[in-house]
Amino acid sequence: MANIKQLSELPQRLSPGHSMCGGCGATIAVRQVLMGAGKTPVVCGAATGCLEVSTTTFPFTSWEGGFIHSTFESAAATMSGVEAAFRGLKRAGKIPADKQIKFVAFGGDGGTYDIGLQALSGALERGHDFLYVCYDNGAYMNTGIQRSGATPYSAWTTTSEVGNAVPGKRHFEKDLTSIVAAHHIPYAAQASISNWNDLVTKATKAMDIDGPTFLNVLAPCPRGWRVPFDQAVKIADLGVKTNYWPLYEVENDVWKLTENRKKLPIEDFLQPQGRFRHLFKPGNEHLIKEFQTNVDRHYAYIQARVEGSKVYQQKLEEAGLPLVSDDALAMQSGSKLPFQQ
Amino acid sequence: MAEVTVLAGSGDQMVAEAFRQANPDVLPVYPITPQTIIVEEFDKFVAEGRVHTEFVPVESEHSAMAAAIGASAAGARTVTATASQGLAYMWEQLYVAAGMRLPIVMANANRALSAPINIHGDHSDILGARDSGWIMYFAENAQEAYDDTLMAFRVAEHPDVMLPVATTLDGFITSHALERCELMDDETVAKFVGEYKPEHSLLDTDNPNSYGMFANLGNFYMETKLAQRKAMEKAMPIIKAVGEEWEAISGRPFDVVKTFGTEDAERVIVVMGSSTGNCRAVAKALREVGEKVGVVSLRVFRPFPTEELAAALKGAKAIAVMDRAETVGGEGGPLWQEVSACLHSAGNTAPVRDYMYGLGGADVTLELINDIFNDLKTLEADKAAGTVPAVTYKGNR
Repeated sequence: MANIKQLSELPQRLSPGHSMCGGCGATIAVRQVLMGAGKTPVVCGAATGCLEVSTTTFPFTSWEGGFIHSTFESAAATMSGVEAAFRGLKRAGKIPADKQIKFVAFGGDGGTYDIGLQALSGALERGHDFLYVCYDNGAYMNTGIQRSGATPYSAWTTTSEVGNAVPGKRHFEKDLTSIVAAHHIPYAAQASISNWNDLVTKATKAMDIDGPTFLNVLAPCPRGWRVPFDQAVKIADLGVKTNYWPLYEVENDVWKLTENRKKLPIEDFLQPQGRFRHLFKPGNEHLIKEFQTNVDRHYAYIQARVEGSKVYQQKLEEAGLPLVSDDALAMQSGSKLPFQQ
Repeated sequence: MAEVTVLAGSGDQMVAEAFRQANPDVLPVYPITPQTIIVEEFDKFVAEGRVHTEFVPVESEHSAMAAAIGASAAGARTVTATASQGLAYMWEQLYVAAGMRLPIVMANANRALSAPINIHGDHSDILGARDSGWIMYFAENAQEAYDDTLMAFRVAEHPDVMLPVATTLDGFITSHALERCELMDDETVAKFVGEYKPEHSLLDTDNPNSYGMFANLGNFYMETKLAQRKAMEKAMPIIKAVGEEWEAISGRPFDVVKTFGTEDAERVIVVMGSSTGNCRAVAKALREVGEKVGVVSLRVFRPFPTEELAAALKGAKAIAVMDRAETVGGEGGPLWQEVSACLHSAGNTAPVRDYMYGLGGADVTLELINDIFNDLKTLEADKAAGTVPAVTYKGNR
């Protein structure tokens, strides 16, 4: 936990002067995540997308530390190579053994839920010591608001058009955080730009862990969500308060939920957004009802995972099994591999 | 003093040995036939602790090249290997590696592309990537695959070049068949290859760099491409100088364009890769009975050795180009196109005929090559009579 004063004293890692839209949620997410690194050097990477094109218009860069981008679907794979180089060069004695760098890869939901999912899965399985951050704005915003695997049910996008025959996106969004959690990595969490303290705390926790970690951050795109430019944080806040975006973490397979005690109806999240305008036309109440049902069902699912985690821990205790095996972690990080230079 | 071990080695095995001796910092790789022996052999070196390499067994070739890009940008000597669909899958990353001027060394076991699926040797994969900005070597045999791989580090990492290099060997014929090979001692190779000292590194957090930036309209895209072209031009003399240096150590001659009989040959075959030996054998037999035939084999395809090829073909009266990759719908195969352009630039008006051969590993017999030399006898008249097709298939049913 940190206070705003402490955070304000940390180095700025994303300089102003980039061309992200005013009020962009992704930019806020990046700044908050990188505050979590404290003063340790950070090398960042990004998938192709708004964040990448808008912060690296040659010959300018907004990245105060090292930055790399290769292609849309390969933010995780590219960063895995950077991290592997860090290990290999240290082992070769070409980099001091005590040198500290945090590695953070950013991808939008298109670059993470969809095209980059395979590369992310591989990098998580291989145990690279890096944090992957998905800034989830629920569509391919860089190419002009096309639907992705993260676009909410019934939302309008330019490829889930609203017309007489189709009421927006016909499919529910993918549960990416659960998919990532199924890799049994040390840490995965959902956060929101509206809950800055929670986000920075989770980012710090993730970066302090040796091994792959993941944050899925709700980062509204005012342009794509059809809200005024000063509303990104407010909308994200409503996303959390309506349970559209539950805040939780999965640490060594143990799920913990930040319980939302004053749950608001989903209409509070939907109504301010132009992309859901059609839901509020008379006769479309069933769409809102279905949206609400899905939100409640998903929240119940997360609660069940939290309950299940208690059972899981109990079973481990009964069997005398550790939650984390230090030996396996050391093997994964390579520190226990027999090596002769 | 250089010490040589003579062994029966496959091309893949010799590439793995070359990788071991260069001791890369990072090797991200995904298995694909006929490249797998390289991965398997190298992982044994890792398991035995004979290299300090961080071995990254990625989940796809696309990620193999992505990780190679990340590692190379981080200042690591980076190698990988692939073939066929794997090379096709990492396609967009090939351009990124070259555009970012990363000296990655990659071995490609040349193999046909689907469909139909076929695991055998041809040049469809690597020649499809000919415009990606990679330097490309074509090995004739396992020994050349070894030599090319060692030389590749020197060329790629040269400060005036800084381009990725693909060293290629024909699937199965070269990748798997055992041949007599000479393995140089580790110390001599280490001295020859040297250590990679990058000018910039992503891990230099005191002097941060951004890699893979956005160069949109008016923002240096063309200038970047021009810089790549200039680096390719600078690469040729460096390829030759490095080749001479290795020649002095190994005793094996190095030429970007290998010639046989061209000093007086009237009929010449232009070829690349493992079929060179067969062409040479047929030419030798024909020359013994007084026929003026010759063979030209390109060991380096990118940068294209225009001057050397033009010189080699100067006296030819009829030329056959043997293409082992289709350009369906094109006037001729990729090698024919390059050779034709080269001849045109040199003002050489000798007739040229394009042959498509060995696709998907189809047999390349001595008879097939003999037929081509025979065809060349009447090429000028046949062309005038209009009986020569744009591309002549050989060795098919």
